Amino acid sequence: MFNNTIAAISTPMAAGGIGIVRISGNNAYKIADKIFIAKSKKSVMNLRPYTAAYGQVFDDGDILDECIALVFKAPKSYTGEDVVELSCHGGLYIMQKVLQAAIKSGAALAQPGEFTKRAFLNGKMDLTEAESVMDIINARSKAASNAALSQHDGALYKNIILIRENLIKISSDISAWVDFPEDDIPTLDLPVLKQEIKESYNSVTNYVENFEKGRIIREGVQTVIAGKPNVGKSTLMNIITGAQTSIVTDIPGTTRDVIDDVVHMGDFILKISDTAGFCHTQDIIEKIGVQRAMSKLEYADLVLAVFDGSRSLDEDDIEIIELIKDKSTIAIINKSDLPTQIDIEKINLAFDSIVSISAAFNSGIDELEQKIKEKLKINDCNFADGMIANQRQLECAIKAKFALQSTLEAINQGITLDAISVMLEEAISALLELTGEKASDEILNKVFERFCIGK
Amino acid sequence: MEYNAGKYDVAVIGAGHAGIEAALASARLGCKTVIFSINLDCVGNMPCNPSIGGTAKGHLVRELDALGGEMGKAADKTFLQSRMLNKGKGPAVHSLRVQSDRRAYQMLMKHTIELQTNLDLKQAEVTEIRTNENNKVTGIVTHLGAVYLVDAVIIASGTYLDGKIHIGEVSYNGGPDGMFAANSLSKNLKALGLELMRFKTGTPARVNKKSIDFSKLEIQYGDKEIIPFSFETDIPTENKVVCHIAYTNSETHRVIKENLHRSPLYSGKISGVGPRYCPSIEDKVVRFADKERHQLFIEPMGMETEEMYLQGMSSSLPEDVQLAFLRTIKGFENIEIMRAAYAIEYDCINPFELKPTLETKKIQGLYGAGQFNGTSGYEEAAAQGLVAGINAALKIKDKAPMILDRSNSYIGTLIDDLVTKGTHEPYRMMTSRSEYRLILRQDNADERLTPTGYSIGLISQERYDKFLMKLTQISDERKRIESISIAPSQTINDILILKGSTPLTTGIKLSELLKRPEIDYDSLDAVDEERPSLPFAVKEQVEIQIKYEGYIKRQLAQVSEMKRLENKIIPDNIDYITVIGLRLEARDKLNKIKPINIGQASRISGVNPADISVLLIYLSVLSKKNNK
Repeated sequence: MFNNTIAAISTPMAAGGIGIVRISGNNAYKIADKIFIAKSKKSVMNLRPYTAAYGQVFDDGDILDECIALVFKAPKSYTGEDVVELSCHGGLYIMQKVLQAAIKSGAALAQPGEFTKRAFLNGKMDLTEAESVMDIINARSKAASNAALSQHDGALYKNIILIRENLIKISSDISAWVDFPEDDIPTLDLPVLKQEIKESYNSVTNYVENFEKGRIIREGVQTVIAGKPNVGKSTLMNIITGAQTSIVTDIPGTTRDVIDDVVHMGDFILKISDTAGFCHTQDIIEKIGVQRAMSKLEYADLVLAVFDGSRSLDEDDIEIIELIKDKSTIAIINKSDLPTQIDIEKINLAFDSIVSISAAFNSGIDELEQKIKEKLKINDCNFADGMIANQRQLECAIKAKFALQSTLEAINQGITLDAISVMLEEAISALLELTGEKASDEILNKVFERFCIGK
Repeated sequence: MEYNAGKYDVAVIGAGHAGIEAALASARLGCKTVIFSINLDCVGNMPCNPSIGGTAKGHLVRELDALGGEMGKAADKTFLQSRMLNKGKGPAVHSLRVQSDRRAYQMLMKHTIELQTNLDLKQAEVTEIRTNENNKVTGIVTHLGAVYLVDAVIIASGTYLDGKIHIGEVSYNGGPDGMFAANSLSKNLKALGLELMRFKTGTPARVNKKSIDFSKLEIQYGDKEIIPFSFETDIPTENKVVCHIAYTNSETHRVIKENLHRSPLYSGKISGVGPRYCPSIEDKVVRFADKERHQLFIEPMGMETEEMYLQGMSSSLPEDVQLAFLRTIKGFENIEIMRAAYAIEYDCINPFELKPTLETKKIQGLYGAGQFNGTSGYEEAAAQGLVAGINAALKIKDKAPMILDRSNSYIGTLIDDLVTKGTHEPYRMMTSRSEYRLILRQDNADERLTPTGYSIGLISQERYDKFLMKLTQISDERKRIESISIAPSQTINDILILKGSTPLTTGIKLSELLKRPEIDYDSLDAVDEERPSLPFAVKEQVEIQIKYEGYIKRQLAQVSEMKRLENKIIPDNIDYITVIGLRLEARDKLNKIKPINIGQASRISGVNPADISVLLIYLSVLSKKNNK
């Protein structure tokens, strides 16, 4: 019935014990196999329907989470198609990551109400149920068009149009050159075209990459404060909270990522998890604490590693340095008002970003803010150009990015113009889709506007 | 006074390029057919440029031929010069264009019609189409009072409907090339409830060859190796003439600018909408004022005449101004105009009135084709004529209609554009109009459409067998090439270096070598020892299929995505006003266009993806209700 396989987060977009990413369609098993590996090493394809398999879910080889995969076989499933449901321990961020991995593996993002629509169309629902779905879709489209309207003034909208206009101009160059070979039209300058396409490609790529940074800005920086007891984590907290404009506690987060504090710092939000467990211990309870801390570390956008400047580094400090060496970390040297005992050389060697703070003088906060911006590269992404707001827009931008990449590759390989122009148009229609418009005669209109053509 | 002139299955109004194909197809499919022309000396006339083909138009002619149409064969027999345009820009945009002997083409077409069984050619102006209370065609009436009872009527009226000629301050009722206009039918069509539009087009002056100094002009030669339009043409052919190129200059532009006030376009006398791709010379001079010169082509009208056509110089300025500006052109100092350039306004139907079969939605059995449907060009006209003729005949024979789609042809693309998007100017086909152009090539038109032509009954068994053999040869050779490996050797590396390609260090599949853009099939001859001797057309297909494999696959994936929507048929009796959840604009558009499937609906401007979701669910609800 439906050609493509769709995926979406099918649990409410809020905190919860378990979150589910549902994949439905002909390729559901195939796609699940690309992102899920069962502990039994059995592929999803070979799992018995209506059984659950425990395993891990991956993105590009990186473990995202532990996961239970539930396998349903068409027609006995919610949608009436082959369905795989990946249940993870939750956390919206993780669920988004799992969804993105599914999309990268070939699933299309499900439209609002699409699972239900498929369920109905495949005969899994009765008429009254279907009519209520229709209402939902209608309501959603109104909301969506309102959203689209408000975006018309937005920077993203304006910039995507600029990129698109540039591509349409290039496309009209090719089109005029191809469709009016007998007219007096300037010869195509391929290196120039290539350069222009490259610029558009870079812009689109920036949007795709900024999506992640945008998420950090919108949803807050997952921040872990690491350090052994009594190095001055509370001092750090006090300095940060002393500078903040508001403190929000008990914000619904996710089960695993209990957020202790949400703090506004300048332009952005820190979601701070205090992990008091990074020390050597034989205690069973504390060991669990260490494990929890470790898992928090894994998903952190930012680690603030606190060291006591008035003491030399000990074994626990070294171990912490080792633990966080691959993370995006800022080293915080506390007690900068006391004589320095810490081996600053070692710290310099391990971290490229260091801030000294002092509780006594309440100093270091401005520097910290600056360093965080540098660390997360928030400084060099220009959000004045707007940001991609959601998964759907991201999907369009990725489509455009790949089409432009193929265009550039084809030009490099010396492929003929006919193929190049077709891929260029693919990129243009993906960008049209991004802003919610429809492909039309834009290219031809441009041809007639710009070239003196005709017999 | 009226009299009963007999009964036919199909009547075709107009014997231009659309009418000819419509009448021949209908007659060949066994329908008793009559075709009318206001003047039998203008059957198959080329009132504008004496040429057939060109970008995308060449594709249309080949598709027409693949389905069993006539234009390609006639063009092959009467051409004067042939060129494959766009060589080097990729096989998808190669386009064949010929200069034609206009009079020879006309005579051949007229004779073909005269010889055709089931077909009568008559000189008459059709003034009325009669319908019954069920809005079904019953007959037609001519200006002489002849009443023909018919089941279907195909209107292919070109620029004749209420035609009005403009040359400077002079304007009068008239058809193309000095013919009479058809002054009655428009009123009748409006009375039938059909929405008409007013379009405009124009043509340049014809001049006498002996008044041109060719020594001052550039020559344009035809191709050395000529590829015919028709897949059936196998006799070797050659060019008989050359064309020439001249340029306007600042003096030409000055004369034009000083006389703009005498143009009916600028004085507001013309209300019709002209095509943007076919601007008059005064339009070009005004709109592209910084252009120092405009190019024009001097094309012979035939072997038995000294008349020359000036491509690029269409105008509606007064005759004295035309002469004045032409004489400023180098080589034209003493030029003599034989026929002045003119603009012509005419009535045509709003293509939203049409179904993809080209039958009108309001009147059963009434079809439109060619300029009447809002297009421009002989090839566009012929393509629609064939579709209308086939569908009229199929309906009479109670068979399923032939609907071509965007993924199998330019013809399908043209018709889909017309009936789904409408047009605000005379519509011309261009390669950029096809999103699937990598698979809709002129070289594979037979592969795409000949099976359809065969199953309808316009392709002979003999031709079909030949076609099947070609397909076998292509697939055998492809398999062979994909299985052969080439080891590095002096021979192959010499070839590769010569072609600017990377020499081999390890063995490679022959097909992989062929994928390199700089390597062609023939250049690998020396290392491909078991290569069979194959016709050019077979080698060409093998080469393109292998070379563009990745891109073709990409397009095929897009096509299958589109087909998914095209396969969801919409019943034609839906009143969209009653569909809850559709936005108002979508309801209006859908009611007007009445798309035949979800794919077509999704291409309508003003229908958004949410509307499509609502429609899909509505359709499922409907089919469930019907099943109960």
